[in-house]
Amino acid sequence: MARPGRMWIVSGAMTTHRTTDDLVVLDHVDKWFGQLHVLKDVDLRIRRGEVVVVIGPSGSGKSTLCRAINRLEPIDKGTITLDGKPLPEEGKELAALRAEVGMVFQSFNLFAHKTILENVTLGPIKVRGHKKDAAEKRARELLDRVGVGHQAEKYPAQLSGGQQQRVAIARALAMEPKVMLFDEPTSALDPEMISEVLEVMVDLAKQGMTMVVVTHEMGFARTAGDRVVFMADGAIVEEATPEQFFTNPQSDRAKDFLGKILKH
Amino acid sequence: MDDVTSEFDLVLQAFWLTIQLAALSGVVSLVLGTVLAAMRVGPVAPFRLAATTYVNVVRNTPLLIVFVFVFVAFPNLGLLVGTPFLLKGVVAVSLYTAPFVCEAIRAGINAVPLGQAEAARAIGLTFGQTMGNVVLPQAFRAAVPPLASVLIAMTKNTSIAAVFGLMEATARMRYFTNNSADDTVIFLVFALGYIIIVETLSAGAWGLERRWRVAR
Repeated sequence: MARPGRMWIVSGAMTTHRTTDDLVVLDHVDKWFGQLHVLKDVDLRIRRGEVVVVIGPSGSGKSTLCRAINRLEPIDKGTITLDGKPLPEEGKELAALRAEVGMVFQSFNLFAHKTILENVTLGPIKVRGHKKDAAEKRARELLDRVGVGHQAEKYPAQLSGGQQQRVAIARALAMEPKVMLFDEPTSALDPEMISEVLEVMVDLAKQGMTMVVVTHEMGFARTAGDRVVFMADGAIVEEATPEQFFTNPQSDRAKDFLGKILKH
Repeated sequence: MDDVTSEFDLVLQAFWLTIQLAALSGVVSLVLGTVLAAMRVGPVAPFRLAATTYVNVVRNTPLLIVFVFVFVAFPNLGLLVGTPFLLKGVVAVSLYTAPFVCEAIRAGINAVPLGQAEAARAIGLTFGQTMGNVVLPQAFRAAVPPLASVLIAMTKNTSIAAVFGLMEATARMRYFTNNSADDTVIFLVFALGYIIIVETLSAGAWGLERRWRVAR
């Protein structure tokens, strides 16, 4: 299939390459799962404080792209740099780098055998070497901020999905990351719980957090996104501001996709 | 008179040796088995190969042959010369049991969703920290029932030590049956002794299962 041309609609920072403002840079990234070419020559620059929303049909490689940024998925070709430093190979250095990148998963992945509070303090204590008291104080602040402070002593299984996902956000924030990755954070949630998670994410965006959000929530993309990246078949097909993307998509692939999801 | 009732202290002494043998071997094989399991799921290929080879070789070797190795072949090679028989027994039973512990724990590790380890790595924990803080604690919970079976089999396997000069319960039982015609009573007494030890183990495992179920 012919690859549609990339649309460079947003001008300004996007055309100035190699600015120090670029926090995450993907350069000619390719990845295969066996025969399947899941990331095709992906270039992406994410500026400090930018909220990039990645959308696209399932199987388009958007989750893989998100997971490649903290090397949960190793790539086969190209480079990924974080704050100017290329991602190291598996080992202590990579662990240190991952501490700088917050990740929120579709299935929450809270540590099932630890309390909510312990979930949030584990990283700061083990990775950052913080004292237990200080880590717990900070964790309680974060849990209050995402609205689950009163659940601190419970275990994950005792919380609703929306609450668990908000704890997962607090757990990631406790590491004071430079960038937050959200891999379909609301896809496993009941409809009435989606908004409570999105609200936390919108707040985070307003506070200037750099975010990469893989989602099907078009409302979130419109309200909080600075840029929409549309992926199909492993490639970035179109990049635009949310307003431009939703009102005036350029590629046929994007028009087709939006036509399908906005019809109902 | 050589019978179990008049010389009951000998019975108790023998079971005390069995308990020492089982307890020490239990601790050593749990530690060794956990290390093997971590090696088998770890990212270092030579460790994976070494642990897999060890498990396959030792698990497929009869316990009696492992004992012959430790008690006869090792001293010929200059290993474990002059080591007390109890410790030699512990070495033999532990070397043999560790692969079974490894596989029980590996089954437990496989029961822990992959997302748990991914989340741990994503907050910056190293492989060792991920295993120690997130994967293994949950793997142990899932591995309690199979581990209990392994440890029960191990406790009964300590009876092989009887052949190698350790006066533990089975050796003592043979001593009594050689000197008395009342085999049935002797067998029952010793069987009961083993049952008490094994039931204690089962109760412990059940208690752990119940405690961790409540905690979740």
